[in-house]
Order: sequence, then structure tokens, then C-alpha cells
Amino acid sequence: MRTPFSRLVSKTMVIDQSDIDTDQIIPARFLTTTQREGLGKHCFADWRYQADGSPNPEFVFNHDDAAGAAILVAGANFGCGSSREHAPWALLDAGIRAVLAPSIADIFRNNALKNGLLALPVDESLYQRLLQRRGHAVEIDLQRQGIVLDDGTVALFELEPFLRRCLMEGSDDFDFLLARLPAIANFEGERAWTP
Amino acid sequence: MSTAEPIVSAAPQTLFDKLWALHEVEPEAVDRPALIYIDLHLIHEVTSPQAFAELSRRGLSVRRPDRTYGTIDHSTPTTPVAEDGSRNWVSSDAEHQVATLRSNCKAWGIALEDWDSQRRGIVHVMGPELGLTRPGMTIVCGDSHTSTHGAFGAIAFGIGTTEVGHVLATQCLMQRKPKTMAIEIDGPLAPGVDAKDVVLHVIGQIGVGGGRGHAIEFCGSTVRAMSMEQRMTLCNMSIEAGARCGLVAPDQTTFDYLQGRRYAPSGEAWEQAQRHWRALVSDADAVYDSHVRINARDIAPTLSWGVHPGQVMAVDAHTPASPDADQRRGLRYMGFGAGDAAIGRPVQVVFVGSCTNGRLSDLRQVASLLRGRRVHPSVRMLVVPGSAQVKRDAEAEGLDRIFIEAGAQWREPGCSMCIAMNGDLVAPGELAVSTSNRNFEGRQGPGSRTILASPLTAAACAIAGRITDPRDYLQEAAA
Repeated sequence: MRTPFSRLVSKTMVIDQSDIDTDQIIPARFLTTTQREGLGKHCFADWRYQADGSPNPEFVFNHDDAAGAAILVAGANFGCGSSREHAPWALLDAGIRAVLAPSIADIFRNNALKNGLLALPVDESLYQRLLQRRGHAVEIDLQRQGIVLDDGTVALFELEPFLRRCLMEGSDDFDFLLARLPAIANFEGERAWTP
Repeated sequence: MSTAEPIVSAAPQTLFDKLWALHEVEPEAVDRPALIYIDLHLIHEVTSPQAFAELSRRGLSVRRPDRTYGTIDHSTPTTPVAEDGSRNWVSSDAEHQVATLRSNCKAWGIALEDWDSQRRGIVHVMGPELGLTRPGMTIVCGDSHTSTHGAFGAIAFGIGTTEVGHVLATQCLMQRKPKTMAIEIDGPLAPGVDAKDVVLHVIGQIGVGGGRGHAIEFCGSTVRAMSMEQRMTLCNMSIEAGARCGLVAPDQTTFDYLQGRRYAPSGEAWEQAQRHWRALVSDADAVYDSHVRINARDIAPTLSWGVHPGQVMAVDAHTPASPDADQRRGLRYMGFGAGDAAIGRPVQVVFVGSCTNGRLSDLRQVASLLRGRRVHPSVRMLVVPGSAQVKRDAEAEGLDRIFIEAGAQWREPGCSMCIAMNGDLVAPGELAVSTSNRNFEGRQGPGSRTILASPLTAAACAIAGRITDPRDYLQEAAA
């Protein structure tokens, strides 16, 4: 059981780049772990640290005013590339609870939502507004399905109802799937042809 | 008064629609996704340990070990085993990860192609090779290049570790049905142009996010004329356009490939299977949510110039003259300027291998150019077969001798420098021409720079030590 997600208020941090891939979010050399935990320190490792391991002052994660930001605002097609669930694990472990981007890659989004990381596509005008208000507080309300900026901008969002319920209850697909086992066994027994 | 006749729905269906319907345990509803049955679940060491741990935590069992099949490929060394039996592991973590898969497979009775197996290989090379991958199936794996298996007329897609757990425990996934997209490619391929060039060209056309939310069906005369290995290359990279999956309707080429393979049906079951498989086509008047038409004559040997597989151009073209912000970032990382030619740029590494281009036909292409030639002294070239079977077949044809005599390294099978998590790395600042699938920043090692290309182009670049048009060598051969 995860912590239920109903409402998040946080300042944002912004990476205004399109096509941020999962190899940036968590480089492959950190995937030899057999754990889910502890990946936050490697999140965006190649952008966040310089070759000598010191923090890269240019990267937003290292900015003083980004400390404590739980909402990441990023460009279109966020999370493209591999299916590694280590990407949402790393973001969550680094303190990110929501990603707002004009579009989000399918597998990453699915993985994120199943882990309680609210990955939400936003329309271009809201994205531009978020860029203008970078670092300001944003409220994401899952009950009302609304995003509220501190300048009064309000935008509504769609979310797949099942995933929304899982997020709000802190539950996941597992219990639902296990309850379907009789139907699954029936299906197996009644298939006209098994490829 | 009349009794209403039941309305028979004869709406034409796409292949994807038909396959989806065959696997719906429960259709989707407003408040929940469809319950989709999974015929084949492939697993490897990197994305499965946390899923098995979750099963243990919940006290659950692997429901269908007979529909689950494992291999080790991602973090495995590609250097040969030492005389004392030790292996050149990149870290104890990597070794532990493989040991974890081994013990999980043993505990649950799951087949695993381990070190000593003659059938081990990259998961997406191994599945088709063994006939595990067959038309009409749903196939998943914790790996985005699972789309490869769609080449056989299957719904095949990558999943995360949470869903690996779902499939292990229930053999099902909850999924919303994606939209459909036809990519229709017609006409003959020009000399020197292969499936890799086609798919890079396609991604360049529709964009690196152009397939998002869609299942892509590749069709048209060009696709019909392709071998299974070419179709696998095509479907493999549909994820690089952001698609949920890519697929090709099965035909005689598919059946000929499968016949006699280890897990392919035989005897009466083979005849019966073929009857089912032949029905797996899109209806003539089926409507896709989007339809892209591509003339194969427009496709040249293609390579990437930037930091994602949508930033591509013909080998003899120039980088964007007026780049936007994202293109500028890609150019800067790669060390290109706006409007630059790629041809002539020095190359330090050439990598031939991966689930995209690590099959026998790919190695033959490379050998056709390397035969009697030398890899340029400034180039380090790795040739990594996609599986133990590919390795044996290549050696039986003497391809390994051609590579070694040319100065390339002939390695043990694995993902190697494609994902670069086993210690096979491109050094910071080096430029690699790679037959793999991703040119993301640092993909082949921190600070590495990757140009994606076909096996033929990679071979030409290895010989010249520079980015080279492979057609130069074809003309040379013809002259």
C-alpha cells in the first residue's frame, strides 16, 4: 500500500528540453541493482554531476532554489526510450512526486503512475505558463483533476479512471488482477486456439 | 411487427484489432482497462529481480512458468571465460543480478538459457530463433525492444518491472487499447539501403514521439519483400518512434522462417497453426487511426546526427541549416555545426551488434565489405553476435575469420555496447558508429557520442576510419 495521492502543492523545477530520455533520468550503468531503493542519488547523474563527481552548477537539481521542489516541469516526449522502471523509482527517490510535460512517453508514463509518480501531459499554453512561473508554487488536485498556478491559472486534466483511483487509494493493479484469476483460468480453458 | 435481426458487425478490422480481440479476457470499460492475456513472457536479469521480490513479499507464485522464458544478456561480459572459469564482470552487482535471475528461475521452474547454454542470446534474438515467438501471440518483456517480436504478427511490447510482476503472478496485464497507425512502404530498396535505413528514415519522418499511443503496422510491398531479420529490425525500432508496438502481418516468409525451429509446432500442429496464422491480416478496407505512406525510392543509407533516433539524415546530406533549440542541443553534443556534412568525420569506435542488428544477415553484410580489407588503425571495432546460435552460424561460414583478420574484435553474445552496462564502453568524447538503436547522450558510456547506422554503413566507416557512404564500396566492388 502506497501513500494515497490526492493533492500536491509544491514549487516547480524546470528542464525546458524535449525528448528527455530514460538514459538521462537514470543511466544504464546504475541498473545492475536488484533493489528499487537508493536510485535518487543517480537521477540525472550525467547532467547533475561533472566528470570529477562534483555537482554541475548549471543543472537545475543543484540550484539552491530547487531544493524541496516535488514537481518537475519538462519538455515534450518526456521519458522516451527504455522501459526501465528505475526511471520513476529514481525520480521518486530524488523527491519528485509529479512530472508535467506537453507529452509523456507511454511506457514511462505507465511505469510512473503505477509507482505513484503523477506523470501528466499538459497543453502547450499551460506549459508556457509553467515556464514563465518557474520555481513558483503549483497545486495538483487529483480529486478535482485540476492544476492551479499561484497566478490563478486553473487547468483541468484527464486521467485514466482506474489509474486515478489507484493513485487516490494508494492501491495498485495487483489486487484487482488477483481477483480476476477465475476469469483468467476460464479464458485459458475456453480459448478456441492458443497461438 | 418484426423480430429485429441481430446486427452482425462486419466492421473491417486491422490485424492489431484482431490480435487484441483474441487476447481480451475482459474488455475495457469506462472505469477500467481491458484485461489482456499474455502468451509469452520473456525475462532477463535487469528488470526482473524486483518483480520476483514483490511476488515473494505478497506470498504469490509464478502462475505459468511454462509461458515464461529467461536469458542473460544485458549485464553479461562479452569477453570469453578465463581458463580458471572466471568471467570479466563489470561489477559484483552485475554478477549478483545474474545469480538472482538464476535462483529465481530455479525456484519457479522457469527455463533459463544460462552461460552453458548453446541457445543463450539477446532476448529479442533468442525468442524468434527458438520459435518461441510466433504469429498471433501477445509477448511482453521488461525491455522496450520487445517490439521486435511484432515482426511475426504478434502484439509485442515492453513493460516495466511492476508489470513483469503482474504477468508472473497472473499471466495478464491491464491495458487500454492503443490507436492504430499504418506505415505503408512501397517500392524497391536502392542498393546499399537496408531495413535499418528504412526505420531510421521512418522515425525521421514521423518523429521520435510520432508513434506515441499507437500500434504501428508496417505494410506495403517493401515490407512484404523483406526477410524476417529485416522485419525484426524494422519492428525493433518502432519504440524509437514512441510507438507501443510495431507489427507485420505474417506470410510465407514468416512460416518458412519458423518451420523446424525448436519450439515451433510440427506435424499436424504445424498445418493447423498455419491455417490460423494465414487469417492474421488486416481486412482490405480496415481503417487505421493514421496512415503514413513512404516511397522506398526516397530512402538513402541513413544515419543519425543528433541525440535521439528522430534526428537523422541521408548519409550524404547535411545537418539542419537552421536548427531549433532541441536540434542545436543535439548538434552541440555531437560536435556538429549547423549545415555540416557528416561524411569525412573521424570515427573512433564501430559497434556491430544488438537486438536491432546482431543477426546473421547483419554480420554477413559487414563481412561482405570487410572481406580482404582492414579496419582503419584509428578505429576500435567490436562485432558482437546477438546469440550463441548467431555466433555458431557466423563461425561456420568463416565470418569470424574475416572480422578478426580485418582487425575487429569478435565477442561473445550479449547486449554489449548498445546499453553499455557490462563494461563495453565508448570513451568520453569518442565518436562511435553503431548498429544499435539509441543515440541518446551517454548511451554508450558517459560522454560517448553515437551515430546510428546500418551494418553496411558501419562496416564502411570502420574501413575508412571516417563517416563514409557505403555505396562508395558497392561501386568499387561493381567496377
